Amino acid sequence: MKTLDILEETYTALSANKVRSGLTILGIVIGISSVIAMVSIGQGAQTSIQSRIESIGSNLIIVMPGAERGQGFQVNAGRGSARSLTMEDADAIKKINNAKAVSSELSGRYQITSKGKNTNTSVLGATSAYPSVRNVEIDLGSFLTDLQVKSLAKVAVLGHTAREDLFGEGVDPIGHAIRIKGIQFKVIGLTKTKGASGFGSQDDIVFIPLSSAQRFLAGNEYLSSISVQAESAAAMSALQAEITDILLTRHRIVDPQSADFSILNQADIVETASSVTQTFTILLATVAGISLVVGGIGIMNMMLTTVTERTREIGLRKAVGGKRRDIILQFLAEAVMLTFFGGFAGIILGWAVSFGVTRAGLIQTRVSLFSIVLAWGVSGAIGIIFGYYPARKASRLHPIDALRYE
Amino acid sequence: MIKITNITKTYHTGGDIAFHALKGVTFSIGNGEFVAIMGPSGSGKSTLMHILGALDTPSSGTYALDGKDVSTLSEDELADIRGEKIGFVFQSFNLLPRATVLRNTMLPLVYAEVAREKREARAREALSSAGLDETHFHHLSNQLSGGQMQRVAIARALVNRPSLILADEPTGNLDSKTGETVLATFQKLNAEHGRTIILITHEQAVAEYANRIISLKDGLIVNDTSEHLKKILSHHHQYENFGHS
Repeated sequence: MKTLDILEETYTALSANKVRSGLTILGIVIGISSVIAMVSIGQGAQTSIQSRIESIGSNLIIVMPGAERGQGFQVNAGRGSARSLTMEDADAIKKINNAKAVSSELSGRYQITSKGKNTNTSVLGATSAYPSVRNVEIDLGSFLTDLQVKSLAKVAVLGHTAREDLFGEGVDPIGHAIRIKGIQFKVIGLTKTKGASGFGSQDDIVFIPLSSAQRFLAGNEYLSSISVQAESAAAMSALQAEITDILLTRHRIVDPQSADFSILNQADIVETASSVTQTFTILLATVAGISLVVGGIGIMNMMLTTVTERTREIGLRKAVGGKRRDIILQFLAEAVMLTFFGGFAGIILGWAVSFGVTRAGLIQTRVSLFSIVLAWGVSGAIGIIFGYYPARKASRLHPIDALRYE
Repeated sequence: MIKITNITKTYHTGGDIAFHALKGVTFSIGNGEFVAIMGPSGSGKSTLMHILGALDTPSSGTYALDGKDVSTLSEDELADIRGEKIGFVFQSFNLLPRATVLRNTMLPLVYAEVAREKREARAREALSSAGLDETHFHHLSNQLSGGQMQRVAIARALVNRPSLILADEPTGNLDSKTGETVLATFQKLNAEHGRTIILITHEQAVAEYANRIISLKDGLIVNDTSEHLKKILSHHHQYENFGHS
């Protein structure tokens, strides 16, 4: 029997019972489309979480004062108020080869006023290295310069939310004055909006020169964090080890367990978040996969019914010269054709669902070529696996018995 | 062309009980003969038909079709023999219900792997030999009358140009008038096209359309009119010779 003949027979057989074929295909459509949609949503969630984490800077290591690094996320209580990091520490870190850029920071929350408006927000003493290390972009005006940091200038750069609270939405704040803890600062810039990072809004913030923050607001020389950007992602763990070594030496601490600082590696955060979303994706795909198997069982059920219904036809086909192989191929082709069409429609539907999710603004989904190829391959395999048993059953019928079947 | 030698067929219906459907049958059929195999139910005629049709193999004895021993072939080899050398006409027609007349007729050609473009011409040729009007060629087979269906089945049996046409109670599902026209068609195919036809029936009236009747009873041949005929012919010959001399 030639391939074209098999396809013709298959087409005739399937179109003879359109409702039944359609319903059977529907099982596969639902299975395949949910696999595609679920995997794309999972991958989309992973990408969006990763990009949010990366928005706080790339290849970032953050050194914070505090107790030793324990399990899980560090408690924030001591952060900023503990006095263990200094400018000298930052300068020492700058000398490490793998450190591309180092940004020393001092953060605190203060009452800020401007022309009758009043808000409490975080004030970050920063240096000119901050924007490049922490991925901050300037919308209006300019960021703090080295000269302003050196000269204890009373200038400020506002985040978007801080600007809204102090001046109102859409107002150009450049050149206006704000008062932080009663001291007047002149606004020289506005940063672009970044959104929440998982560590609080990155937009509800006011940047002032580090030296000004130390002198006028904190009244001491300590830092609340040092952000270090590594040369590359590969250098991060080495850099983390070097920073630990240097700081332990400088702080004269022998036992790393009792270090008076903690180091947060961005790669670790990304890894943790990805492993969470990956588990999530696998979970979704498994549930979808189960529906695919159910669809496959539907195919087997239909094929078994078909074989019983067409017993006499099988007998006739054998009587006019059909061999076992011909009969197997014919019924297997029917099962595979069902899953093939089901897979095709399922891919389109799954794509539409993930497109809809993206359009609805829930998650930026991404349908990967891999998941399409996988889904199609799986649906084809399901056709063969679940179609084989009925097809074999058909081929083993004895022509005499089959012809006599009532 | 067909040489059956001492064929037996035994069915084991569970345990030690054996049923002897054929108990040693021997006959031969030449090219172009029209033979009826007759007998009541249980006579073994269906079993004999299955063996003649290469649908089954005998328990012992040999069956040579066109000089080839068919009695020991495998299932797939039997399928090849059926496809090449035998055309079946069944009592219940066994047409594919949702396929057109042409597609039904072409079915054996699909398994014989005849080139697609040649199939329709051969199907049309077979259908006109079987006496079906051309207006029905594109009808679905379940829209036809019984007589028309059986003509399609005959055409399907003819389409592979088989050595042998086996008709199993071909008039069993037809009224007597339609049955007569179908039997006349067999006669015509035998007389004008020289087809070898074996007709299996339990009715004397149907069997008489054939030129030779083999009667079976309890798995044995009880009468073969060809032997009878030979005697008559030889007598006739003697009389003729006598007359001329």
